Amino acid sequence: MINERVLNTLIALLLLVVPLFAWQLDEPFIITLATKAAILALAGVGLNLALGYGGLVSFGHATFFGLGGYTMGILASHAQSFTPIMESPFLIDGTKSMPIIWLVAIVISAFVAFIIGLLSLRTTGVYFIMVTLAFGQMLYYFSISWPAYGGEDGLSIYVRNEFPGLNTLDPIQFFGICYVLLMVVIFFMSKLNSSSFGLALNSARQNSERVQTVGISPFRLQLVAFTISGAVTGLAGALFADLNRFISPTMFSWHTSGEIMVFIILGGAARLYGPVAGAAIFILLEHVLGGLSEFWHIFLGAILLLVVLFAKGGLIGSVSKKAASHG
Amino acid sequence: MGNVILDVRNIHKQFGALKASDGISLDLRQGEIHALIGPNGAGKSTLIAQIAGRLKPDSGCVHFLDQDISLKSTAQRANLGLGRTFQVSALAMENTVLENVVLGALGKRGKVFSFFKSVMHDKNLLSQARATLERVQLIDDSNRITAELSHGQRRQLEVAVALTLAPKAFLMDEPMAGMGAEGSKKLTKLLRQLKQDAPILLVEHDMDAVFALADRISVLVYGKIIATGSVDEIRSNPDVRKAYLGDEEAT
Ligand SMILES: Nc1ncnc2c1ncn2[C@@H]1O[C@H](COP(=O)(O)OP(=O)(O)O)[C@@H](O)[C@H]1O
Ligand SMILES: [Mg+2]
Repeated sequence: MINERVLNTLIALLLLVVPLFAWQLDEPFIITLATKAAILALAGVGLNLALGYGGLVSFGHATFFGLGGYTMGILASHAQSFTPIMESPFLIDGTKSMPIIWLVAIVISAFVAFIIGLLSLRTTGVYFIMVTLAFGQMLYYFSISWPAYGGEDGLSIYVRNEFPGLNTLDPIQFFGICYVLLMVVIFFMSKLNSSSFGLALNSARQNSERVQTVGISPFRLQLVAFTISGAVTGLAGALFADLNRFISPTMFSWHTSGEIMVFIILGGAARLYGPVAGAAIFILLEHVLGGLSEFWHIFLGAILLLVVLFAKGGLIGSVSKKAASHG
Repeated sequence: MGNVILDVRNIHKQFGALKASDGISLDLRQGEIHALIGPNGAGKSTLIAQIAGRLKPDSGCVHFLDQDISLKSTAQRANLGLGRTFQVSALAMENTVLENVVLGALGKRGKVFSFFKSVMHDKNLLSQARATLERVQLIDDSNRITAELSHGQRRQLEVAVALTLAPKAFLMDEPMAGMGAEGSKKLTKLLRQLKQDAPILLVEHDMDAVFALADRISVLVYGKIIATGSVDEIRSNPDVRKAYLGDEEAT
């Protein structure tokens, strides 16, 4: 049994050291893999707030991942073609600036998450899963049938967006951006988890009546958690789009929702670094097993089954005892 | 007898054909312990749930501190000053004992939507939480995970959390159940002190505790209150003996 904080530090360092070595050895592909892991980890960190800490089994987080991606795609494609997004009632231009794109992605995802939460949090269990899934699928089909941004074929952005003072086309520099964002969000999550809000949210997951009986409404806690959760996954979607310089309806599909959920199950739900460990393992498996066989998802399925049956806390849960969540 | 704090008026609640509450009226007055007794399945927990807000009555209403609270949520009722303990412990089992009482203190204080300050370093909340743990004699177990507590200790913790709310009335559903003789005796003593702070509507099976504590007793059978009175009145009431105490003494 390892102390969870030590383990977290190790995971954070590993995710940093591997691409740095790859950079020294001139292996850009490995840097790209690490970048992908960091971005997917961020999407998982977002979902973890709702699913892990809040106990809200959202099967629709692709909604936010896709919204982040399309935010990037729409803003950047208009900037690339020098056409405004709209002219009346006021002029909105596209942009290639990452910070602006991130901000817009966060605001839009948060807003949509708030609305979806408002509508879905009245339901529980299977109904909640279905309602969140339905929203994701709605946007999926909408993006397929909306030709302006590529429809079914998706949309390419030719040059990666810009960040002041950095060359974002350099893989290691783009990795740096994603890694720092991931760390900032994880820091924010750790604060949040030990705050009043975190205590109340964690308690509401364990026993909703307990929280109501001390005068706190679980609905409001969960709505706020769901909104922040969606915003973080939306930010990850914008980064993912920038990594690939491509967006497509797949970002909205339920496969994507499922994958983000898999990171959490593999790594450990309600563990600060669970999604990071999970996403890294996922990328590793995809790369190693994917190289061996086209049907690597079968192996992934088997591994998932083993984790669910024998290692309920995921990787982090099975090698480290739960650190006091507060204090 | 003091002012009426809690007033339950003609509550009906039916589950299918079963009348769990069949026109129940009762009140709770300042300074008293009002015990609610009755055989298993009589509808005691159902009544508590309707007063606390978890269940909506089919008809009838609940007044608390001269206000009709029938349409308020559980959380709103708690904020108005209704503190309750559950027959089956409702605690955050993965959390520590201290975290559970800090949650209570947090509910009382409000300002739940604070995202950056560590709640377990909040001196005010901690001192309130520790004071209540002292009071139920659980302070030595502060840092244990709640799931590790014995059944009796969980009951004590339930009471401690209710205490952090400094409620204006307590609803307690079988707080002594499964506690053991020693634990029951301690809790009996604590409840006697507590009624100075706020009156208690006490559902309890432990007749020794009820007779030792209650200022008034109501007897609930098949969703109906068949008698309300002092300990002596209830002990000597022939209907009560037939319907309830009779079986008790036979066993
Ligand atoms: N949610 C429910 N749905 C259907 N029947 C219920 C429900 N809750 C309680 N009951 C029934 O109502 C009756 C009263 O239950 P309860 O209030 O728990 O009794 P007590 O606490 O006096 O033992 C019992 O017969 C019980 O089975
Ligand atoms: Mg009961």
